[in-house]
Amino acid sequence: MTIHLLYAFAGVALCGIGLFGFIRLDHLLRKLMAFNLMGSGVFLVMVGLAQRGGQPDPVPQALVLTGIVVAVAATALAVVLIRRYYHLSGQITLAEPGREPVKKPAADAHREGPTE
Amino acid sequence: MTLWLMAGLLFTPLAWAVLTLLVDFRMGRAVTWLGILVQVLVSLGLWAAVASDGGFYYLLGGWQAPLGIELRVDGLAVTFVLLTALVAAACGWHASVYLDPGKSWHRYFWPLFWFLWAGLNVVWLGGDLFNLYVGLELISLAAVGLVALGGQAAALRAAIRYLMAALLGSLAYLLGVALIYGQFGTLSLADVTALLSDGTVAAGQTFPLVLMLFGLALKTALFPMHGWLPPAHGIAKSPVSALLSALVVKASFYIAARLWLDLGGHLGGYELAQLIGVLGGLAVIWGSWLAFRQTKLKQVVAYSSVAQIGYLFLLFPLTWGVTDAISLQAQQGITLQVISHALAKAAMFLAAGNLIMSVGSNRVDALAGVSRFLPFSLFSFGLAGVSLMGLPPTGGFAAKWLLLQASLASGQWWWLGVLLAGGLLSAAYVFRVYQASFIDNTDTDHFFHPPKSLEVIPLILALLSLGLGLVAEPVLSVMALPFEGSSR
Repeated sequence: MTIHLLYAFAGVALCGIGLFGFIRLDHLLRKLMAFNLMGSGVFLVMVGLAQRGGQPDPVPQALVLTGIVVAVAATALAVVLIRRYYHLSGQITLAEPGREPVKKPAADAHREGPTE
Repeated sequence: MTLWLMAGLLFTPLAWAVLTLLVDFRMGRAVTWLGILVQVLVSLGLWAAVASDGGFYYLLGGWQAPLGIELRVDGLAVTFVLLTALVAAACGWHASVYLDPGKSWHRYFWPLFWFLWAGLNVVWLGGDLFNLYVGLELISLAAVGLVALGGQAAALRAAIRYLMAALLGSLAYLLGVALIYGQFGTLSLADVTALLSDGTVAAGQTFPLVLMLFGLALKTALFPMHGWLPPAHGIAKSPVSALLSALVVKASFYIAARLWLDLGGHLGGYELAQLIGVLGGLAVIWGSWLAFRQTKLKQVVAYSSVAQIGYLFLLFPLTWGVTDAISLQAQQGITLQVISHALAKAAMFLAAGNLIMSVGSNRVDALAGVSRFLPFSLFSFGLAGVSLMGLPPTGGFAAKWLLLQASLASGQWWWLGVLLAGGLLSAAYVFRVYQASFIDNTDTDHFFHPPKSLEVIPLILALLSLGLGLVAEPVLSVMALPFEGSSR
């Protein structure tokens, strides 16, 4: 087993942890963190698996750079949506109102930051 | 020539997205009309180019793959570029009348609309697995933004749910891409296929393909991963719902189909093909049943999308391990199903938006009496419904007829049950809407009458979907345009 495969396996492990968090956690920000963890795992697999023959392969590096840009854009969009959703509903999970008690009162939500 | 066409298809939507971001709603509308004109002309130009010279590979900016972007222009891609131009133009036109310019956040519709269109063109033309991923993400992020345009907490909840599903799907796809690259050392779909058929790389590693198909099926809302679709498509503004149902879910399906047709023969298997087919069949039946049970009009249409998407996944069993003739028949049937569903569902969502606007409520039972005063929108809704049911001479009928023949010819008679049950159930949910609208409880016209252009657009789309069955041959001939691949 080479060091590169070790990276790839570490990436798979990160993916697994991220997937577990993504499915099990209800808090939207934690879900988002889990998504980012999964994304890092995928990038590690991509870079680690492709380095065969001891030579670094430039293609996955370029792909991972693009992938990071995409992940940052997706994370930014998610954070904006979650923040707005929290301001409007006072909720931090996707549970339908009425099915689960609201964890924080809505009045508290408006103090958290400037509203749009 | 091709330089201008490619620039027109990929660069102008992005340029228009930035332009419309800088101006207000009315200015954005004017800019968009110009852009739609450009897109339609460029799409027709691409069709003419491929029809005269055959399909080709195109290196964007002259950069060689794998670091450059390689585009694959063939008949199927041209078919989808044309379909996108048609449906997106209709939805853009509808939105320019439908959306209220008084609400300041509505101006963000235009940039998102153009980002969506750019992403769609990238996916139709993408030749390598990673660029397809970038295109998919562009589509997903723009689509989520469009869903959130509604503004209320419910719309945001649907948008976040959609985003989470889309992100998980993308990551599964990307992990599959990483594994494929690790195994084959190339990202080009054509090169992977060549390596597999040369036998230079040992086949049998199904996992990356399964992972990619899982991610794409999640993004296409295949049963049982369809939970995110009805809230998102149901709560979005009507032109947005039309775009999402008609085009966005087709993008991830298109990639899945391409992967399956190129790699499925080597990496797939009978069980995998049948499993995907069974999930598609269950989607048809379960989605139609839920559509029948919904109390809100747009939820009916949204669940009907879940059902109609199910038909698409019959492609997988009907093209695996069969003769080329049967496979071609199935591919033609699925292509017609994609086109007819895109036209019919866009018409249906736009008509539903008009109906909701007129009665001021989104409930099915609020439609009582609307048939006397707003016959046009209801008529468009019904025409689109006829195509979804698959009655002749609609495009839906031609598609299901081809699928039926392919099922019989390949000995997979069990898909007949799906085709029949799906048709009957879709008749049930369309007639339920009609039943509600024909109840005559009032003699006075208390309905809001939407502008004429709002009623004309769904009617045009519905008529196109109705007439598709009659012109199926010429439409399919675009898909069968020869591929040269010489400029590679």
